[in-house]
Amino acid sequence: MYASNFNYLRAGTLAEASALLQKNPGAKVLAGGHSLIPLMKLRLASPTVVIDIGRVPELRGISLSGGALTIGALTTHAELAASAAVQDAAQALSEAAGHVGDPAVRNRGTIGGNVAHADPASDLPAVLTALGATFHITGPGGRRSVQASDFFKGMMNTAVGEHDILTTIEVPARAAGQGSAYAKFEHPASRYAVVGVAACVIVNGGTCVAASIVLCGLTSTPARAKSGEQALVGQALTRETIAAAAGKVGTDLGSDVLGDIFASAEYRAAVAPVYVRRAVEAAASRAR
Amino acid sequence: MSQVAIIVNGKARKADVEPRMLLVHVLREQFNLTGTHLGCDTSQCGACTVLVDGRSAKSCTIFAVQADGSEVTTIEGLATDGQLHPLQKGFWDAHGLQCGYCTPGMIMSAVTLLRDTPDPTEAQIREGIAGNLCRCTGYQHIVDAIQLAAGRR
Ligand SMILES: Cc1cc2nc3c(=O)[nH]c(=O)nc-3n(C[C@H](O)[C@H](O)[C@H](O)COP(=O)(O)OP(=O)(O)OC[C@H]3O[C@@H](n4cnc5c(N)ncnc54)[C@H](O)[C@@H]3O)c2cc1C
Ligand code: FES
Ligand code: FES
Repeated sequence: MYASNFNYLRAGTLAEASALLQKNPGAKVLAGGHSLIPLMKLRLASPTVVIDIGRVPELRGISLSGGALTIGALTTHAELAASAAVQDAAQALSEAAGHVGDPAVRNRGTIGGNVAHADPASDLPAVLTALGATFHITGPGGRRSVQASDFFKGMMNTAVGEHDILTTIEVPARAAGQGSAYAKFEHPASRYAVVGVAACVIVNGGTCVAASIVLCGLTSTPARAKSGEQALVGQALTRETIAAAAGKVGTDLGSDVLGDIFASAEYRAAVAPVYVRRAVEAAASRAR
Repeated sequence: MSQVAIIVNGKARKADVEPRMLLVHVLREQFNLTGTHLGCDTSQCGACTVLVDGRSAKSCTIFAVQADGSEVTTIEGLATDGQLHPLQKGFWDAHGLQCGYCTPGMIMSAVTLLRDTPDPTEAQIREGIAGNLCRCTGYQHIVDAIQLAAGRR
């Protein structure tokens, strides 16, 4: 399958990428290409200009300082999964990155492309929301930072505008007593999330003092399970309290659950509490 | 048209390509390296897997222009001095193929697996080839072949 013809431009620096993007209306940024190229081959996207940012050095690398992980937008899923710093400071992110698609997809696909594309079945948007990430963006008006809660605006729609480049993602490093995990029921062929759950808890003196639970695969944007979170705070995290919290997720999801040919909305909603329970149990077991 | 320069199996190659040309087509049609197969053409089956700068990648999901300046290894680049690569030998000896359509992609994925995990468990092997579909074997002999190759290295 051939994409429509386009003009290919390769940016060497972030400044160059930004300038090219502003000079070429209708241009699309190309990172790992593992969402954009399939869309272009199906002609669901036909940009006239493609700006390859794949070799922009400023967008690479993972660093841990000042209590936060800073992750370049071009970091591949494989690099994330292999990073000891990510594994220690953001357990759920490490776990989720290691389960994106298959090894070849993880060798090319990037964290920046994953969140900028914002497929409802993608893993990383839910994880980064649960971990309270901040997204740093460069655009025509300069730089700005957006919290995860404001970043995902709708189905495949984010705070990254047409002329913007997502540069880095900042994730608060694991606090004392914190544990996080990601559990997913994956589509058997693509391995995208049919139901994915990211959970992060902080346990202090045997009691849960903070909890975040965010689901993907069910709704157009990552769904926060507020009643489930509230049910955990103030409790000791036992099989029973976790199961009780997981049972509340239906209320949080409401009637906006999406279904498709593989799994109906009813089925996804029925499966969700099981994966909430698994994710919270794993997060609780890692809290230290 | 754009000119791309790619080191393919250790040899510097050049081609004039439309930007929309996929790496798999350049390898097969311009460089006549037809060992890399096109299966699904939708990023799912892994028949088109090659190494780009040493790591497995689906060549149906890369524009050739993105590989400009990179090193690409295909199944044709694995044997040295007429000696099969341990994985090729393993697939031969353990009957890791029937029709052979998936085989080049399976082997290129296994090359990356064994580089990262020299002594893989069965579960790690299955995860390593999770992006490669086989319509014939039922996978068991493929897993055996990779295990055999890992043990012989
Ligand atoms: C077979 C297969 C299975 C997959 N399975 C999963 C899965 O299980 N879970 C999962 O989460 N994902 C999965 N994916 C998607 C994969 O994670 C993609 O790599 C990812 O969604 C997109 O990242 P990319 O770097 O490839 O982006 P690209 O395809 O290059 O770009 C995607 C979009 O983001 C924009 N963009 C990219 N980078 C930036 C940037 N820095 N700033 C601004 N805009 C940008 C592009 O313009 C484009 O619109 C799968 C993909 C395939 C092909
Ligand atoms: S042909 Fe590339 S993954 Fe199937
Ligand atoms: S041997 Fe026929 S597809 Fe694998």
